[in-house]
Amino acid sequence: MALTQADVARIAHLARIEITAQEASRTLAQLNDIFALIERMQALDTAGIEPMAHPLGGAQRVREDAVTEPDVREAALRNAPASQEGLFLVPRVIE
Amino acid sequence: MQWELVIGLETHAQLSTVSKIFSGAATAFGASPNTQASVVDLALPGVLPVLNRGAVERAIRFGLAVGATINRRSIFARKNYFYPDLPKGYQISQYEIPVVQGGGLSIRTDAGEKLVRLTRAHLEEDAGKSLHEDFAGMSGIDLNRAGTPLLEIVSEPDLRSAAEAVAYARTLHALVRWIGICDGNMQEGSFRCDANVSVRPLGSTTLGTRCEIKNLNSFRFLEQAICFEAARQIELIEDGGAVIQETRLYDPERDQTRAMRSKEDAQDYRYFPDPDLLPLEIADDWIETVRAALPELPEAMRERFKTEHGLPDQDAAALTASRELADYFTALVAELPGEAKLAANWLMGEVSARLNRADIGIEAAPVPAPALAGLLRRVKDGTLSGKMAKEVFEAMWAGEGEADHIIAARGLQQISDSGELERIIDAVLAANGKSVEEFRAGKDKAFNALVGQAMKATRGKANPAQVNEILKRKLAD
Repeated sequence: MALTQADVARIAHLARIEITAQEASRTLAQLNDIFALIERMQALDTAGIEPMAHPLGGAQRVREDAVTEPDVREAALRNAPASQEGLFLVPRVIE
Repeated sequence: MQWELVIGLETHAQLSTVSKIFSGAATAFGASPNTQASVVDLALPGVLPVLNRGAVERAIRFGLAVGATINRRSIFARKNYFYPDLPKGYQISQYEIPVVQGGGLSIRTDAGEKLVRLTRAHLEEDAGKSLHEDFAGMSGIDLNRAGTPLLEIVSEPDLRSAAEAVAYARTLHALVRWIGICDGNMQEGSFRCDANVSVRPLGSTTLGTRCEIKNLNSFRFLEQAICFEAARQIELIEDGGAVIQETRLYDPERDQTRAMRSKEDAQDYRYFPDPDLLPLEIADDWIETVRAALPELPEAMRERFKTEHGLPDQDAAALTASRELADYFTALVAELPGEAKLAANWLMGEVSARLNRADIGIEAAPVPAPALAGLLRRVKDGTLSGKMAKEVFEAMWAGEGEADHIIAARGLQQISDSGELERIIDAVLAANGKSVEEFRAGKDKAFNALVGQAMKATRGKANPAQVNEILKRKLAD
């Protein structure tokens, strides 16, 4: 399976990355190389092997349900380009 | 042509934990913006999610209550999309292997009882809130809600009408509150539904193209949105068109749905297992601990009310609509052995009408079960007529004390002394000769007038059954 320029454009859009046509050609070649590697791996017989969700073994640890985090609003808003009434302000979004 | 609706619901129930699903920030509603957004919720670099045991436990409780399989191993996945109220750029959810699988919910409509199968229920985090009022031409972002634990409960497309969809949503709403995993507050968004709606010719077994209606936060809107959407699809098909699979929004002000985004620009969420979280493993003993703490479920309690107290199905259903009401009823009948029907009538009648007027739940009623039992004892022994009992109940509600105290203070004993009643009725008959004549001439209505006069003469304190009996006897003389 090989990707096309259109696939690259779509992936870039989904990742909100702006790329030029020149960059897209270069990226296409790189992505196709990665796909070739994946195809070689897929040639391995993995029948009967349960897929892993994580490269490490083990299980998720859980914490007790308790409030432990302090209010960090002031510090967080200091990092924001714009804020008002305790809110982060972002370019207007309406669906 | 006859059409059939096919509906499946996806419900987001906010889990009632005190802290978020992956951080120790508070989940309390109504806090000042961004004061409950921790470094994890803000997605600052280098932070890691740590799973809240309370959220998992509530998911298990739900799974057990609906007879589902609790997956011993489930996987958290990233659902990728860009929106300003999702700082990480992905929502942590469960995709291929959810924590709860299968199960079912029994619903009742006028058409009878029906089992609605559940597909799954999975744990995920909520996003923040975007405020689109004008902030100098910008949108405001409040991340207090970001990371709040949700259980997304997905039904099979087993529902065949708006009424069934509403019955399902109501039953589910009552259940999550009953087992204490969600406060069910719909105004605050703690319980919201998406409806997948399609239509097909009656008798067809293939599914039509469906539309998803998002974020229905009241039962009324759920019903209206489904009715509108089904009519829209039927009209479209009958006019030779075709339904396009898309996400739609319901606008309650216009009572219509409109397209939010079509399939062409449908989201491609690129799910993959979250490398920050290991698989969630749930051991048998954890499940058994949760099972042991599960309360008697509404369905079981309803059957028990029927067999143990001889209540009709409708009463048993009404009394198990919420755990608070069921608990109140249980406390009430404990004080009134053998009088379950009287207790049920009062709870579903006078008490619930009063609660509605005050717009409060039974748990906040100023008349606790033992006090109401005191009043009903006086109804049962004939001290109070129904009308007088209502007056005493109002006084109890207003904080005037126990029933017996109010009866004594207001001189409300019903006159059941037949000698005294006979004297009063003799006087009434003597003073209303015209009504007596009319009655003897065959006008039944005149009898009611005489009863009215007798009640008036006793200022409503006569036992109406006794008045009837004495009047009939005297008029027959």
